[in-house]
Amino acid sequence: MSDERAAVLLEVAQLHAEYAAVVDAAEWDRWPELFVENGCYRVIPRENHERGFPLCTLELLSRGMMRDRAYGIRETLYHDPYYQRHVVGLPRILSVRGDEIECEANYAVFRTKLSEFSTVFNVGRYLDVIVRTAEGLKFKSRRCVYDSEMIPNALIYPV
Amino acid sequence: MNDIASPPVLQPTWNDSSSSRIPFSVYTDPALYAQELQKLFYAQHWCYVGLEAEVPNIGDYKRTVIGERSVVLVRARDGALRVFENVCAHRGAQFCRERFGNAKGFTCPYHSWNYDLDGRLRGLPYRQGIRTDEGLKGGMPGDFKLEDNSLKALKVGSRNGVVFASFDANVEPLDDYLGPMMCGYIDRIFAGRKLKILGYNRQRIPGNWKLMQENIKDPYHPGLLHTWFVVFGLWRADSKIKLLMDESRRHAAMVGVRATAKPSSEVTAGVGSFKEKMVLHDARQIDIVPEPWWNGPTVTMLTIFPSLIIQQQVNSLSTRHIQPRGAGSFDFIWTHFGFEDDSEEMTQRRLVQANLFGPSGYVSADDGEVIEFSQMAYRSREGGAGASLIEMGGRESGEADIAASETLIRGMYEYWRGVMGQ
Repeated sequence: MSDERAAVLLEVAQLHAEYAAVVDAAEWDRWPELFVENGCYRVIPRENHERGFPLCTLELLSRGMMRDRAYGIRETLYHDPYYQRHVVGLPRILSVRGDEIECEANYAVFRTKLSEFSTVFNVGRYLDVIVRTAEGLKFKSRRCVYDSEMIPNALIYPV
Repeated sequence: MNDIASPPVLQPTWNDSSSSRIPFSVYTDPALYAQELQKLFYAQHWCYVGLEAEVPNIGDYKRTVIGERSVVLVRARDGALRVFENVCAHRGAQFCRERFGNAKGFTCPYHSWNYDLDGRLRGLPYRQGIRTDEGLKGGMPGDFKLEDNSLKALKVGSRNGVVFASFDANVEPLDDYLGPMMCGYIDRIFAGRKLKILGYNRQRIPGNWKLMQENIKDPYHPGLLHTWFVVFGLWRADSKIKLLMDESRRHAAMVGVRATAKPSSEVTAGVGSFKEKMVLHDARQIDIVPEPWWNGPTVTMLTIFPSLIIQQQVNSLSTRHIQPRGAGSFDFIWTHFGFEDDSEEMTQRRLVQANLFGPSGYVSADDGEVIEFSQMAYRSREGGAGASLIEMGGRESGEADIAASETLIRGMYEYWRGVMGQ
């Protein structure tokens, strides 16, 4: 691997680690900041993704929509409280074109409800388009394609 | 000596004059649940299996369930729809494991018994025995007939592309089962249009299956639990609504027109979910464009007993399939759709409005959560006392036109008690 490729891999891994830390710490105001202003965040069942169906479980098409989701989590969506914990695999860099990086990474999210054991909540693969900005790398698009056939009741927080 | 007697197991006790108190055991008793499967899902009723648009071509199939039984919906060679139980006539193996596909027929993986798209047994290996030096040996008895060993075929009915099936050969005709009111609201969405499937969402909710029927027969909660409904007027106390039922009261329609004025203090008094200052950062999520076929209502929530909900909420359309798994859990499968002649903008709008629905939706995720909380309490009272109090709008179950009414839930239980002999 060239030094250049290795540097990209490390930068992307750093962004992925940052993302996981933010959503695991429930820092919902910081979460949209990891995206560019018109960035997209989608959570989609693998079934829809592979059969070409566009429906997502969650489809947020701007940082504004992500802020609305953050408000929803805090103020409007009544839900059983839980922790989530991400384990993200090493990124696989698919292409680097100018300032744009395409990559993917496997993820597993564990959920822990109060007084309960930790369980596997959602397992899948991130498909990312990442861009280089003046403030460092940001997501232009993050598509979470999940294998998990059933959502255990509700998916409230971004994965 | 230990003189603490074990508590008596209480039978569900109903108030004979009304169905306004629902014993908690109705949601937890495994014996009662087993009876529900037999009486509601496997006899006398039509259960949802899918949309014709999911199996448009000859040989297309979809594996789904009725109650807890696996069934396969197939588009047969003559273009008609067939539904078979997913049980091989030989040893009972579930021969179909893919969820969707296209096939010329079905072959059981165990011993290669094969069936055509009509579910008829076409052949099986070594039927005449195996040829040896001493001639044919083994094989099926001489009186074995292929035609006596078809797959178990269900009765199939489609109302403008919404497909139901029944294990009961004597079930009443589908249109009679639905009744004129429900047929009218189904037709309003489905008649004369080709559908475009947009995709699926699947969630498992740890609650009794009836709680989801109740949730969508309950006009009282949306304006209280769901902030988005209150703030954007999609369903709240000052919406113009109708609460309708078929003659048997097993099915219901909640029909409403969106309230667009700022809500009065009367409407929002005591409503913790109302956020006066809430403004969306991105208004595309609530970019509502009226469609000609609405013809008045902006929302119709149809509960078709026992297993289907059909939703129109402004531009978002879905079917929601209830698939029970024991007394304490059900799978809830959402199929979102639009129409083939939708513009690209309309498809996008339906997709973005889908953020309100499904297992993450602003007005749906918390329905699953409160159902779970209810079931937790019922389970903790298992074998004991306790009843749900369903008296908003009175103790009878007539039609109504106000959100402060639980009449549709009472109506469903009047029907349920009749069939269940409770």
